[in-house]
Amino acid sequence: MDLIVLRNVRKQYKTGVVAIHDLNLNISKGDFVFVIGSTGCGKSTLIKMLYREEKPTSGKIIVGGLDVAKLRNSKVYKLRRKIGVVFQDFKLLNKSTVYENVAFALEVLGSPKDEIHDKVLKALELVGLKHKAKNYPHQLSGGEQQRVAIARAIVNGPKLLICDEPTGNLDANTSMEIMQVLEEINKLGTTIIMVTHDTVIVNKLKKRTILLDSGRILKDYEKGTYVDESNKNTK
Amino acid sequence: MKAIRILSRNIRDSFKSVFRNFSLSLASISCITITLIVVAISIVLSINVNRFTELVEKDVTIVAFLDLDVNDNDKQTILEEIKDLTNVEKVEFISKTEIANEMMESSEEFKNIMSEWSEGESPIQDTFQVKVKDIKEIKNTANKIEKIEKVDLVKYGEGMVEQLVSTFDIIRKVSVAAVIALIVVTAFLIVNTIKITIFSRKREIEIMRLVGASNINIKIPFIIEGLILGILGSIIPIITTCYGYTALYDKFGGQLFAEFIKLIEPTPFIYYVSLILVVIGMVVGMFGSLRAVKKYLKI
Repeated sequence: MDLIVLRNVRKQYKTGVVAIHDLNLNISKGDFVFVIGSTGCGKSTLIKMLYREEKPTSGKIIVGGLDVAKLRNSKVYKLRRKIGVVFQDFKLLNKSTVYENVAFALEVLGSPKDEIHDKVLKALELVGLKHKAKNYPHQLSGGEQQRVAIARAIVNGPKLLICDEPTGNLDANTSMEIMQVLEEINKLGTTIIMVTHDTVIVNKLKKRTILLDSGRILKDYEKGTYVDESNKNTK
Repeated sequence: MKAIRILSRNIRDSFKSVFRNFSLSLASISCITITLIVVAISIVLSINVNRFTELVEKDVTIVAFLDLDVNDNDKQTILEEIKDLTNVEKVEFISKTEIANEMMESSEEFKNIMSEWSEGESPIQDTFQVKVKDIKEIKNTANKIEKIEKVDLVKYGEGMVEQLVSTFDIIRKVSVAAVIALIVVTAFLIVNTIKITIFSRKREIEIMRLVGASNINIKIPFIIEGLILGILGSIIPIITTCYGYTALYDKFGGQLFAEFIKLIEPTPFIYYVSLILVVIGMVVGMFGSLRAVKKYLKI
């Protein structure tokens, strides 16, 4: 079954720039999908529309049964509760502890305290940071901070995890650690869409990979078939 | 249950963030404190001026002189008729003997002249002293009283009273306008200060939205925070008002410059002013936060 369906999606910014042209895309439940492309190809716009940070100019976007394009501003939270989002810059609350940062996502839903406690510790365990629950973000390394952000994104068991260049600020080794965590989460059944320009990661993980160019899908590589074109040419 | 849990967390978070963002909170609180002190001074001044003008106006009396030949029955009818007038607050009868006695006591000369008058010879008339409810209508009321049978003459300080009323009216309007203008300026200043402090927390709002907080859920902690800032900011102005005004009142013995400019008694006056201050602080604090947050809730 498809978790995400995009039909004839077009996005034109107020400045007149067209970021996405008539895009059609289906992503199945449980998939792990990379979105790659050069800067300005529209990959950020594409995933911003998925979590309704941007609205498409025309077309249809269905995420987990919700018609995102028609979602009113005041109802955006309904979508956000079904998905998790991870960013390049982590977006943690610097004045809250690791535990509080993760718990925050459950507190806004009004979950009972005991449930929050259990779920937060479970999520922190999954990303391997249970022992740092009482630390503040600035006491952690970049990779650890990103793992906190991931824990926050998955703590309420979302169907979809959207990652916008989650390894963009991290070195190669740390990046691979993050990818291991993401794969783990994917194995537990969460669909993951990850925007990246790190071809090393894409090459290594052999997942479905969508190559965007000037707002259009240039190529949609099936799982394991992605070959880095630039590498191929040099061989 | 869920809603209560969310609300109680909101309240907890509001208190937390007041202290976690202490330097920003302090900026807002000082802004509220300083402006509210100015507002407090203007309110105290304005209310005192208003009270003073009212007291002076209340002192204005219509004196109705009765014909010399009135008997007790006539007096009763006149009294009834005056009482029936809508604008009349209070009527007091002062007989000619009372007036004569008062005059004789006031000076030796009067006493000498008046003691020579025989019964019925005295030119002094019985009078009714009338206080009115609405001083602006005093002329009408005076005219009506004058038309009553056996009323000889009516005096109320014509000309001067009208001038007094119109001058006081202007003073009152100006003082109220000044207070309102000050409150508006205060509101504007506080709203902007809070806006700046919330701007620095744009990221926090962004994260709240990201993890699925509904808009109302995001607004409530900020509104409560504004409320807390407003209350904290009004503490010093309230203390200043209470102690400052009481000290001033005691120092001047309850009057300013002259005996007829009476200051309002500190209690319960200072409590009312304190209440006004804390309400302004709370409302403006809440409103400021709400305005600022709303800005970041639009896409």
